[in-house]
Amino acid sequence: MNMATSTPVPTGLGESRTSKASDRIKMQARDVKVYYGDNEALHGVDVDIFENEVVAFIGPSGCGKSTFLRCLNRMNDTIPGCRVEGDVTLEGQDIYAPSLDVVLLRAQVGIVFQKPNPFPKTIYENIAYGPRLHGLARRRAELDDIVEGSLRKAGLWDEVKDRLDQPGTGLSGGQQQRLCIARTIAVQPEVILMDEPCSALDPIATAKIEQLIDELSESYTIIMVTHNMQQAARVADRTAFFHMGDLVEVDSTDKIFTNPGDQRTHDYITGRFG
Amino acid sequence: MNNLALIAILLIVMALAYQVGLTRSRTVATDGVRLHSRPGYYGMLVALWCGLPAFALLLLWSLAGTSLVELLVVRQLPPEIATLGERELSTFLRRVSALAADRAVSGTPSETELAAAAHMASLQTLGRMITIAAMAVAAVAGLVLARGRISPQLRARNQVERVITIALALCSGVAILTTVGIVLSMVGEAMNFFRFISPAEFFFGTTWNPRFSTSGDTGQGEFGLLPLLWGTLMVSAIALLVAVPLGLMTAIYMAEYAPAWLRNVAKPVIEVLAGIPTIVYGFFALIVIGPFLSDLGDLVGISIRTTSALTAGLVMGIMIIPFVSSLSDDIITQVPKALRDGALGLGATKSETIRQVVLPAALPGIVGAFLLAASRAIGETMIVVLAAGNNPVLHANPFEAVSTITVTIVNQLTGDMDFASPQSLVAFALGLTLFVITLGLNVIALVVVRRYRQQYE
Amino acid sequence: MTTDTLTIEERSRQRLATIEASLAGRHARERRFRRMGLGAVVTGMGLVLILFISILMRGVPAFWQATFYLDVHFDPEVIQVDEKPVRESGESASAFRERELAWMSRVGLVNWQQIIDEALKAELGEIEARQTRDLRALITSGERHALRDRFIEDPSLLGETVRLKMLASANVDVWLKGNIDRSLPDRQQQLSAQTREWADELYARGVITNAFSTALFLNTDSRSSLASAGLAGAFMGSLFMMLVVIVLSVPIGVASAIYLEEFAPKNRITDLIEININNLAAVPSIVFGLLGAAIFIGYLGLPLSAPLVGGLVLTLMTLPTIIIATRASLRSIPGSIRQAALGIGASRVQTVFHHVLPLALPGILTGSILGVAQALGETAPLLLIGMNAFVANVPGTPLEQSTALPVQIYLWQGNELRNFFEARTSAAIIVLLGLMLSLNALAIWLRKRFETRW
Repeated sequence: MNMATSTPVPTGLGESRTSKASDRIKMQARDVKVYYGDNEALHGVDVDIFENEVVAFIGPSGCGKSTFLRCLNRMNDTIPGCRVEGDVTLEGQDIYAPSLDVVLLRAQVGIVFQKPNPFPKTIYENIAYGPRLHGLARRRAELDDIVEGSLRKAGLWDEVKDRLDQPGTGLSGGQQQRLCIARTIAVQPEVILMDEPCSALDPIATAKIEQLIDELSESYTIIMVTHNMQQAARVADRTAFFHMGDLVEVDSTDKIFTNPGDQRTHDYITGRFG
Repeated sequence: MNNLALIAILLIVMALAYQVGLTRSRTVATDGVRLHSRPGYYGMLVALWCGLPAFALLLLWSLAGTSLVELLVVRQLPPEIATLGERELSTFLRRVSALAADRAVSGTPSETELAAAAHMASLQTLGRMITIAAMAVAAVAGLVLARGRISPQLRARNQVERVITIALALCSGVAILTTVGIVLSMVGEAMNFFRFISPAEFFFGTTWNPRFSTSGDTGQGEFGLLPLLWGTLMVSAIALLVAVPLGLMTAIYMAEYAPAWLRNVAKPVIEVLAGIPTIVYGFFALIVIGPFLSDLGDLVGISIRTTSALTAGLVMGIMIIPFVSSLSDDIITQVPKALRDGALGLGATKSETIRQVVLPAALPGIVGAFLLAASRAIGETMIVVLAAGNNPVLHANPFEAVSTITVTIVNQLTGDMDFASPQSLVAFALGLTLFVITLGLNVIALVVVRRYRQQYE
Repeated sequence: MTTDTLTIEERSRQRLATIEASLAGRHARERRFRRMGLGAVVTGMGLVLILFISILMRGVPAFWQATFYLDVHFDPEVIQVDEKPVRESGESASAFRERELAWMSRVGLVNWQQIIDEALKAELGEIEARQTRDLRALITSGERHALRDRFIEDPSLLGETVRLKMLASANVDVWLKGNIDRSLPDRQQQLSAQTREWADELYARGVITNAFSTALFLNTDSRSSLASAGLAGAFMGSLFMMLVVIVLSVPIGVASAIYLEEFAPKNRITDLIEININNLAAVPSIVFGLLGAAIFIGYLGLPLSAPLVGGLVLTLMTLPTIIIATRASLRSIPGSIRQAALGIGASRVQTVFHHVLPLALPGILTGSILGVAQALGETAPLLLIGMNAFVANVPGTPLEQSTALPVQIYLWQGNELRNFFEARTSAAIIVLLGLMLSLNALAIWLRKRFETRW
């Protein structure tokens, strides 16, 4: 495995990182530009993501944070007319290389969306879908284990264990979102991308998801987009601020919220705009 | 004076009435009083008051006049004719009205007929004069009345709009009326048919031979529905076997894989294809597909008739492809993108996403589309008329000729139309069967599709 | 959770290996699926292409027809009729008309066939008497009536020699175009050996040429003179029906759509109407034919085979299509437009007629045109109201007997002279499809031209 750590980290590896995070770079982006047709939505983003840390992307709407997040597992491929330039690596491997298999990439970098999107199948089938797809379980018992384990990790097991054969769409919004998280971790990805996972949820459900993110950061690298600054402050080790297609700065969450290096960041977190 | 001329005159009078209303409303409004509505509305109100009652009278006379006159004529008839049977009387009246209208009748008209015709003609003229007079009175009265009512407080706009809304509502009643007409005419004529043939004989009979039988003593043909129903189902099944896979795969390719330019070209093309008249497909079946299949059969040693269930079914399938594909396309594109993203985000390939997530999610809608396609296949006429071979016999060989319900309706009802023989009336019993089958399929399909739409709204 | 001795890294690598192993198969399935999709599109399009090509290949040659150019001598020896009557002063119109008709019937008694025979003999040289039959098989029988009509039109032709265009008989056309196997034995040929020989000779000499067939467009259907059967009657019938459809179904359809979409309260009744309309849209067309037969003909006593009845039946059939299209078009107009109009004090009727309707007009037009195009191609219901009768005149009013384009196609495809009528039918189909496709193209153009995205 190519450890591409020789290049200096351009921004933001502060001292205040929590103990969970390691120094190993998990994902790296260099000069990433994204175009929608002729329109440049991201103007060259550089960032490093370390193993087992929680990174939050904040910024006003339309700043490109979600676009960038979707670059990290190539979900942008599904948008017609979208084009990505620059390098994004996972464990040192270029994820935009022609030889790379998107299927494999997405098995390593999972994603949870803004709106809960359970499949119109049973709860069990929702979780089992990924492992089945990738042939991760040879026997039914193994699959059962994976389903139970994922639901436990997502903190949903106790709520749904008696109705695994009921449709996932029948759950409440917060439960649906946790189901989607469980569905994602059932594939055991290395990185989980979360695109405003709580924006469609009420405060209680949000609190549960935040707690879940905290627990998951033990074993996963988590990158989340949020426009809720308190949420970033609560769950993220580091925070990146995006503005009008630029990554303005990325630093430890404390530093961003107490002493940002850029005036724009300052204006945003103090509520001048956004 | 015929009705068209009357209507034209009425329209002219209405235009005048509009002017009267307009002028009157302006006079009323001169002394600084503000009118409730714009002057045009007062004009329209007067025109409506003037025209509508007169028009209603005209309509009444057109609808009821003939029967009224006939009733009066019958009363004046000598008793030996007035007591004739229903059918003879109606024949008599038909001859009389032909004479009254100065049209030729077969044979020399009798003295009674001539007298009755003269009576009828005079009654008609009288009735017409009365109608015209009544119309004139109604128009003038309406005009005067409405003109008198004009005042600044009169809510002319509201009243005019009320009339417009009612007119619109009446128009939407035409659709209901059509259905009622279909049901009544089908049921009525089918009942007449069931006076000749018992429903059990019709619905469960296995022989179709509507000719007067020479050997049997009943003097009736045999009207068994089952061979026709079987033929219909066989042809439709073949059509669906062709259309469903091809149509569905086309829809999937168009919705999920095709580049935008191809979509932009293919969608209108498919739409146009769906509009090709079925007679064209029928002709195509007859001159191209039929001979081709027959030759193909010879090649592999099966005997395939040129006109067979297979020929008709295959071509009908081709005809339904655009229908299935555009319906399925609509339904597939309605599946939310979030679901696709969910599967893709887990690392599913595109085809896995489609087969395991999109299609199951779209299933109710697609089932609805198939039901609509099936109802279309069952009701399709021209292709089977030309290419199915018209052989109403129960058999299971798709390479042989069959007959269908629709073909038989055409066969029984073209040529002489005699609403008194079971040979013609059976068409309505068949039509009723067809209507009920397709109605059932449509209703189920609509309910399924509607429920599916609600799921994603 | 399993207590695994492997490190996290090793487990992860193992997992990736498992996934990678399955990838080749999954991608192969993906490609296969995609190819199946493309295959379906290509098959569907291919079949339709075959349909179009086979009809074009058969139909296009039929627009040209074997035609004679003959010097016809209006021989006074044969045409022995008095002068065409001229209206005298003081003569009443009806009296003059009577004299004129009498003269015309005398002209009709002339042996026009002999004039044509003579013209042919002038080309072929003298023939034996027993060959007259063979000679008469060359030119279609309708031409002698055409000759008569030409003379009635212009009696000064008497004694003149004029170069005239005359249609060859259907069988000659078939023979010259090679639509019959030329190697078939004499017994199976439609024409005698002598006639075939003459046809070939005259064709080689340019007396018969393959000329554009105006007969196809200008003549009515014919039973005796097959070569001059044309579409004019059917075309007029279709035109009358379309007029009825446009005049009735568009206003009623648009009005009911406006009511249902803009005014109707949401209750059981309107729900019923809505379901009912959706159902009517899917009722087989033949059922509408039965309705027409029972109600319009059986009950109301309207005449059989009349375009008016056909138009009424097609109106009822087209109505749901137009209502559905209009409603969709009205629904696509955003509520903000209605609110804006209502906000400045317009009534609901004014809002709809001043603001919503004009904006929805392109969609309504498109839907109406598509509905009319669909009605134009409909055959089955017309068969049930007697429009498949043979009609030799161009109908002058919607109440006269008539047929329609698609029904004419149906009638022609059933003609016994298959060799000739297969091509003729295809040509008629091309005409019908041409009309329909232009209507469709118009609709699509309208939609593209006025498409607004809200």
